[in-house]
Amino acid sequence: MQDYFFALADALQAQLRGGETLLLSFDGEDSNFIRFNRARVRQAGSVTRRSLALDLIAADRHAAGRAQLAGSLDQDLPQLMNLLEGLRRQRAHVPADPYLNFATDGAPSETRVESKLPGRAAALEAIVGASEGLDLVGIWAAGAVYTGFANSLGQRNWHACESFNFDWSCFHAKDKAVKSDYAGLRWDPVELQTRMQDARADLEIVRRPPKTIEPGRYRVYLAPRALQEVLDMMAWGGFGLKSQRTGQSPLIRMQTEGLRLDPAVDLSEHHDRGLEPPFTSEGFAKPERIRLVADGALRDSLVDARSAREYDERVNAAGECPASLDMAPGSLAVGDVLDALDTGLYINNLWYLNFSDRNQARITGMTRFACFWVEGGKPQAPVNVMRFDDSIYRMLGENLLGLTRERELLLDRGTYGGRSNQSVELPGALIAGLTFTL
Amino acid sequence: MEPHLQQTARRFAEQVLAVDFWSLRLVSERKESLAVRQDVVQPPDTLVSRGAFITVIQAGGTGYAATSDLSPSGLRAALERACEWAALTARWSLLDAKILPRCARTGSYETPVTEPWEGLSIDDKIGQLQTASRSLKIDARIVDWWAWLVYRRVDTLLVSGDGAWIEQRFHIIDPGLQAVANAGSQTQIRTGGGARGARQGGLEQLTSLGFSDQGSRVAEEALTLLEVSECPEGRMDLLLMPSQMALQIHESIGHPLELDRILGDERNYAGTSFVTLDMFGHYNYGSTLLNVTFDPGCNGEAACYGFDDEGTPAERVHLIRDGVLQRPLGGASSQARAGLAGTASARACGWDRPPIDRMANLNIEPGRGSLRELVAGIERGVLMDTNRSWSIDDSRNKFQFGCELGRLVEDGELKGVVRNPNYRGVSATFWRSLSAVGERADFEWHAVTNCGKGEPNQMIHVGHASPPCVFRGVEVFGGGD
Repeated sequence: MQDYFFALADALQAQLRGGETLLLSFDGEDSNFIRFNRARVRQAGSVTRRSLALDLIAADRHAAGRAQLAGSLDQDLPQLMNLLEGLRRQRAHVPADPYLNFATDGAPSETRVESKLPGRAAALEAIVGASEGLDLVGIWAAGAVYTGFANSLGQRNWHACESFNFDWSCFHAKDKAVKSDYAGLRWDPVELQTRMQDARADLEIVRRPPKTIEPGRYRVYLAPRALQEVLDMMAWGGFGLKSQRTGQSPLIRMQTEGLRLDPAVDLSEHHDRGLEPPFTSEGFAKPERIRLVADGALRDSLVDARSAREYDERVNAAGECPASLDMAPGSLAVGDVLDALDTGLYINNLWYLNFSDRNQARITGMTRFACFWVEGGKPQAPVNVMRFDDSIYRMLGENLLGLTRERELLLDRGTYGGRSNQSVELPGALIAGLTFTL
Repeated sequence: MEPHLQQTARRFAEQVLAVDFWSLRLVSERKESLAVRQDVVQPPDTLVSRGAFITVIQAGGTGYAATSDLSPSGLRAALERACEWAALTARWSLLDAKILPRCARTGSYETPVTEPWEGLSIDDKIGQLQTASRSLKIDARIVDWWAWLVYRRVDTLLVSGDGAWIEQRFHIIDPGLQAVANAGSQTQIRTGGGARGARQGGLEQLTSLGFSDQGSRVAEEALTLLEVSECPEGRMDLLLMPSQMALQIHESIGHPLELDRILGDERNYAGTSFVTLDMFGHYNYGSTLLNVTFDPGCNGEAACYGFDDEGTPAERVHLIRDGVLQRPLGGASSQARAGLAGTASARACGWDRPPIDRMANLNIEPGRGSLRELVAGIERGVLMDTNRSWSIDDSRNKFQFGCELGRLVEDGELKGVVRNPNYRGVSATFWRSLSAVGERADFEWHAVTNCGKGEPNQMIHVGHASPPCVFRGVEVFGGGD
């Protein structure tokens, strides 16, 4: 695939006229998907997708395009030359772009993430075997994801990552279920069995009569998956330079009033985790790490190529939303979480978060899946779903009691427009009070 | 229809392997995006996408393969992969392959267009965007402003081993305006000009969407929102404008009625439903004023089509009539599984995803009463306009929604603007508090263009039309920390 992309780049480069520069970004996947319901196969299939994005530039004026590729020069080149000609015509009608920004002296790179994936049949047999007697629903997604960059200045970059992501839930009845996942680069069927056993153990609690809590404020523990949802809301414009400079960050009070989170909150964009490509679609190399929040205070911003030109900053990200977020651990041992929680809610998953008041970083969302009522450090019963409405400043500020010492690396399950290589690594959070409203 | 697609389909049909059933869905899309942000023309963006989705039923198993390689060898390889999946999964299939739909129909559909996208030069389109952009920048406190215009032309060709040949062409226009006002730590955003109001058709849709003339109003309202009070808190009447009704319909009628959710397919991702199979035909979903139709033939609304992606002909049906639940949103596969009549709503977001149960145009039928009469019937309440925040539980019951702009209603009259209006409720009871439905004159088409669902994930556009509606005794509140 890499050879094909570079051959395509060479062929397109040969089509350029004087004064033209061409940027090319390749993305593709060879993915297998098996969708399960009731521990049986609902849908199964493969997706083979290759696409090429083009940005044709001359005299600071440019036009962009994207095309799906067949994978052979004789089919793809005529289509791409048509697209290129269309971009050439469009470019003539647009004014100079003051924020156009691309690498002119970028370094070549080639990265391949090592992996060991099972075959389709082996994966299917392992999952069906491990889920005997369970009402399992979910999806197995596996295969290669490719990303490439080339420009007519001669720069060439390539990144390939093979991974698997099995994301499932085991249901007791109605909405009462345990959510699990097993994702990574090296498949181990024993690990799947272990995680399925953990799910079976949690199901025993889920089967107990559920408890309905009244609206009010409760002590809670947010497991890493639940905390990730909260961080996603911070990341929704909170760390990007453009949103910060145009007043649209949900963390605007940290910018304008100097508000701080708890000093234990330390967030970084961790490009050197290596799952995402180390280059941007303009050919810039990403730095290894960007401190976003340090000692509870807002630090550096994520800066993409356009913002860098607009605000005279250095490019440090492909996009202005974290793709490899890292949250520093705390000192609370996971084994001590239930005792530390004592009485309250152990929340494994949150769901469907959004803003109640973006300026105040006030968010709402629902509990989902296995959330337990805990008394005296012992899980008592599953909790019927509840809506919370509270501010991030309280949750990760004055009400934060501690973060766990152990962290989880969570690979993104998203497949919108293609399989994601994004990830987060983060601890769980013990919070003195979270307000529930409905 | 692109001749290339027809040739590809014919060639495939001639060389297809002997299997119990096969279908080929070819999709070709061209999307052009133009935008001006902060008076800077953004680079035009053109997407050209072609691909094939092959489904095979063989010896009790089913499988699919999607590919962007439409060459004979590429399609052959995809067909073989689909066959391998069918063989691999047959012994563990959830569904009996005998019940799966095997389309044999022929037909065609094309969006009616009065003013084609190509009829206006790129200079003129950019000129309109620049004018719109300038109309948004009316004050130093407008810190970000944006005008955009997106056009999609999508061709689909569905053929099958049983003789299906269905050609469809869709033209979709998706324009919008946005103004961001800021003062200190207070930022307010207002949208208009068709934002989140994608329509089928051509440039003629821009006029009715107010694309050219709403800029200053959008910006003025964003500025106003900086200065006004928070929405009051309490239980009161709620007047939802069509721009928020679209979201209310989407989340708390559309999703709960999706048959694949009810059958459990989505429990791991998009969620389940508080609606169960035994409710259809008698369950009181809302007050007797509530009439909800599935209407893929509503010319101009975002999700019109002649056939769904399983080849079922689309027709208008009531999902809720006089408040009583009639039928679910479910395509032929789901109908066969559930033993219920449904809708032609098996849709895929593109060539690389399988069809699943979706909304199309899901509308609330007009009632009686002008907007003025609806307001006159409210003693104390809030009018809410244009969705900006949405959250609902995975059974699609407990919800909280927020809007860009609110207006107080007191003693039957509209009063001042309030900011950060939010409300929360429970689907199972909320619709029973529906106390007034506006008339056809105030009926508006809106859309949700980012409806996410499915494993693997799919994002698709759906249409929602409604008049303004009044709900009694809703829990309303504003922002603040």
